[in-house]
Amino acid sequence: MTRSLKQLTGHLVLAVFGVIALVPLLLVLINSFKTNAEVLESPFGLPAHVGFENFFTAWTYGGFGPGFLNSVLLTGTTVLVVLICSSLAGYVLAGQKVRRWPAIMVYFTMAMTVPIQLFIFPLYSVVASLDLTDSPVVVGVILAAVNMPFATFMMRTFFLNVPAELEEAALMDGVSTFQLVTRVLLPLVRPGLITVGVIVGLNAWNEFLISSTFLQNPSAQTLTLGFLTMNGTFSTDIGTMMAGALILIVPVLAVFIALQRYVVDGMAAGAVKG
Amino acid sequence: MTANLAPPAVAARPARPPAARTRNAHLRKRTAINYALVAPALVLSIVVVVIPGILTLLFAFTDWSGIGFDFAFVGVDNFREILADPVFATSLTNNITWLVLFLTLPAIVGLLTAALLLRRKRMRTFYQVIFLMPYVLAPVVNALIWQTIIYNPNGGVFGALGIPSPTASMQTSLYAAAAVDMWHYWGFLTVVYLGAMRQTPMDQVEAAVVDGASGWGVFRHVYLPSIRPTLMLMGVMTVIFSFLAFDYVFLLTQGGPAHSSEVMGTYAYAFAFSSFEFGKAAAVGIIMSFFGLIASVVYTRLSRAELMR
Repeated sequence: MTRSLKQLTGHLVLAVFGVIALVPLLLVLINSFKTNAEVLESPFGLPAHVGFENFFTAWTYGGFGPGFLNSVLLTGTTVLVVLICSSLAGYVLAGQKVRRWPAIMVYFTMAMTVPIQLFIFPLYSVVASLDLTDSPVVVGVILAAVNMPFATFMMRTFFLNVPAELEEAALMDGVSTFQLVTRVLLPLVRPGLITVGVIVGLNAWNEFLISSTFLQNPSAQTLTLGFLTMNGTFSTDIGTMMAGALILIVPVLAVFIALQRYVVDGMAAGAVKG
Repeated sequence: MTANLAPPAVAARPARPPAARTRNAHLRKRTAINYALVAPALVLSIVVVVIPGILTLLFAFTDWSGIGFDFAFVGVDNFREILADPVFATSLTNNITWLVLFLTLPAIVGLLTAALLLRRKRMRTFYQVIFLMPYVLAPVVNALIWQTIIYNPNGGVFGALGIPSPTASMQTSLYAAAAVDMWHYWGFLTVVYLGAMRQTPMDQVEAAVVDGASGWGVFRHVYLPSIRPTLMLMGVMTVIFSFLAFDYVFLLTQGGPAHSSEVMGTYAYAFAFSSFEFGKAAAVGIIMSFFGLIASVVYTRLSRAELMR
């Protein structure tokens, strides 16, 4: 009796926290279909009819078309640069293939704790003086550098699990380092590449401080920055704001749910703060 | 809020056995290639993070405006003016309040939910995914959701309940921003703590159960000591990022009303991009980083003492 009561309490507590996590998102869902008059009446009521006017308005005034392209360009750059550089470095560090590998590890540990606020101001001045602001690709490269230490450590851990014999056997067969990496090692650490890729990708897609500082021209803005700009004009039109929010939420949650195994395992293993 | 930390054990991994190393002798001839493989990651990090970081240390002692490279050294004037500014005192206090909130509430909720999920294998994935949903969304989206549909006095939940907007009051503005940040953050701790608890050796748990320990006893005397390193790492990370808090305060209150929710992050940002005093912004940036540095040093010391025991 007491045991099942305890079980029930446990389920109840978990359910309550699940509701806490979800309620704001459910409010976005129901209010995104409502007219402003309906929202003002009550934020909890269901929409009288399901129409998509709010979504068209949000898409247009939030500049979501170009914003989506800029976000893809920025995130794609970050993920590509991080995966290439961190897997190469992780491979070398895992195999202790250079004599100075401990110094490099110490360097990355230190670089990881450098806060954005410690380098953003001079970095902005230099980038501005080179006329390189308002470029999603440049911001993508900056975010790649920010994520590099963490990604390198993660990739190193994945390479540590590759047996050394495998690599030696391949080298005996006379493959070059390049072939060794692309044909033998990369397929073996593919789960690592997906984990690092999706975590770094989410970081880049969601990033605010660096993106908003370096991308001030409306034509260069990412999805999230476009949504923020929209808030200035539409802050009193709640239905449209919620439609905009839903457009931003759905693709991120879809990617997250599809790849949740990698995200959850990666976080549990590497303790990532984003 | 994008500081990343790797597992603490990373540097302490055992080296490969010597036999493997001699067999790898021919590999060492490839040293040049191997250095070339590390170079891109290393160079990119140095150019983007370290060199501007060093420049910040330099510019903190100048009157640099951030435009062009005209500046004069002013000694410690920036620091003296900042320390004398009452807004800085408010910011520092707010950062400490932020720290206390984040060290307690999300940690307790994270531990509680992780402990409850430990024995519920089938529901584990389901709940972890739901708890993490706010965590994977952008701060801009989360902040605007709360501002528009929850805190909003005209049409939001608070409006419907007849409660004034908490972001507009000097007494509650900081807590209003912290609440949204904590709402988005705690699920991450659930996942991290659960991952750590699952590493606890089963024989220890079984031994405790055989000895007649209650559910709470097992948690208190087996799981909690077992995840101590993770708790410490998360604690240190919380200290570091509490002094760097920016996104949610900037998005929800802009540090207002009347600087009541100002944190060092928003305070520094206003110097740089509102009044173009990059020298002062750099000085605040250094003060913020300094607290994180102390936390890292204390953590390294503690974990070393732990290993020595």
